Amino acid sequence: MIPSAFDYTRATSVEEAVKLLQAAGGEAKLLAGGHSLLPMMKIKLTSPGKLIDIGRIKELSGIRKEGNRLVVGALTTHRQVAADPLVRKYAPVLAEAASQIGDIQVRNRGTVGGNLAHADPASDLPAVALALEAEFEVQGPDGKETLDAGGFFLGPLITALPENSILTSVSFAIPPEGAKSTYLKYPHPASGYAVVGVAAVVSTGPDGMVNDARIGITGVADTAYRAEEAERALVGKKLSEQTILEVAALASEGQEMASDLFASAEYRRHLTRVYTIRALKRLLI
Amino acid sequence: METGKVNVTVTVNGVRRSAMVEPRMLLVHFLRDGLGLVGTHIGCDTSQCGACTVLLDGEAVKSCTVLAVQADGSDVTTVEGLGDMENLHPVQEGFWEKHGLQCGFCTPGVMMTAVGLLKQNLNPTEEEIREGLEGVLCRCTGYQNIVRAVQYAAARMSESEGHREVAAAGDDSGEGGR
Ligand SMILES: Cc1cc2nc3c(=O)[nH]c(=O)nc-3n(C[C@H](O)[C@H](O)[C@H](O)COP(=O)(O)OP(=O)(O)OC[C@H]3O[C@@H](n4cnc5c(N)ncnc54)[C@H](O)[C@@H]3O)c2cc1C
Ligand code: FES
Ligand code: FES
Repeated sequence: MIPSAFDYTRATSVEEAVKLLQAAGGEAKLLAGGHSLLPMMKIKLTSPGKLIDIGRIKELSGIRKEGNRLVVGALTTHRQVAADPLVRKYAPVLAEAASQIGDIQVRNRGTVGGNLAHADPASDLPAVALALEAEFEVQGPDGKETLDAGGFFLGPLITALPENSILTSVSFAIPPEGAKSTYLKYPHPASGYAVVGVAAVVSTGPDGMVNDARIGITGVADTAYRAEEAERALVGKKLSEQTILEVAALASEGQEMASDLFASAEYRRHLTRVYTIRALKRLLI
Repeated sequence: METGKVNVTVTVNGVRRSAMVEPRMLLVHFLRDGLGLVGTHIGCDTSQCGACTVLLDGEAVKSCTVLAVQADGSDVTTVEGLGDMENLHPVQEGFWEKHGLQCGFCTPGVMMTAVGLLKQNLNPTEEEIREGLEGVLCRCTGYQNIVRAVQYAAARMSESEGHREVAAAGDDSGEGGR
């Protein structure tokens, strides 16, 4: 099984890649780790006429801390993220999610930028990007801009990434000191992708009451989303088994659940509640 | 559509190999059809079975999900480069000793995945081995003996790693070798 023929160019800088995208006039796709794009090209779900390989642009790799944010270059692999000491210290939920993506071989090749730009509704990282209020650094023909994770995921494989633009890095908000977080997923038994994935970040004030809660949910709807109703219901309460049961019922509030052969919309709604309960319970200890 | 061929140079099992290939050529086809290294298998169309796993610059990757041109300039190790009958790699020895295969179709990919895993973690727990092998499918063994084979290899490798460390420590102390 091989992809249809295409032209191939290796870009050496972000500027060059943007120019190549512009010149191709919509014919081209960027190639990063290739672990979403190539499987689709092999079964001819997509057949771009041109690939622009950004995989060797050095400036797109790496992880650094900038104030209260963690900046992850778009080409940083899932394996690098999962193993990185800065990520494990300041945003452990990101490392936790990255280490559950696919398998070792996939994590060795797949990139953070590719995962988020691809916006597969069953991808793990969008849930974490939402829960850590990520900002996407984007470079295009008109220069650089920053997009909020909140408005980034528009539909299955559809994002707010402007035309001819490249996602260069993603900056994740470091949760406040003492915040508890986790990522819990129910992997599809064959593909390993999330049937449901819940990223929860919860902070508690000195009075023992939740003062900040962010819950990103992936896998169940057309895009990952923040469970805002559930978040609001948590704030001001003590995180207890009782509270968790109450708020988890709100985790799919206002969302249309996806339905397919593997999981009906009703089942996905059920899973969303159950996995939100389990995720939040992990934060009790 | 007219598409130009591109030059690809890959060091495969220590030997530099160059060829003009279509950009759409997958690394696994470059190895099997181009170089005749048919030890790397193809077991699926969906990047899931891991039969095609090779080491790319030391890391386990699915060669059916890498373009040959993406590997340009890199080092690739296939199962043919692991060891030979006179000098088996500890992972190969483990599969032999612990009967880690039945039909053998998945075995090259499983072994390369295991080698990649042991490079990242020389003393994996049983659970870590099972997690590490998530990217390979075996329809025969039920994985029990594969896990034992990897445990065997890990023990052999950390043993010889230990010897090397002892030897190195001896050198450092300036008291000469054994
Ligand atoms: C067997 C298998 C199992 C998997 N399991 C999981 C899983 O459990 N969870 C999960 O989340 N994912 C999973 N994945 C997907 C994996 O995480 C991919 O690596 C990731 O989704 C895409 O990253 P990439 O670097 O490979 O992107 P590519 O495949 O190279 O690109 C994907 C898309 O994003 C675009 N793109 C890439 N980089 C950029 C950029 N910097 N700026 C703008 N656009 C860009 C490309 O043009 C393309 O359209 C799996 C993949 C495989 C093959
Ligand atoms: S052939 Fe199945 S994963 Fe590569
Ligand atoms: S030994 Fe037959 S598939 Fe693994």
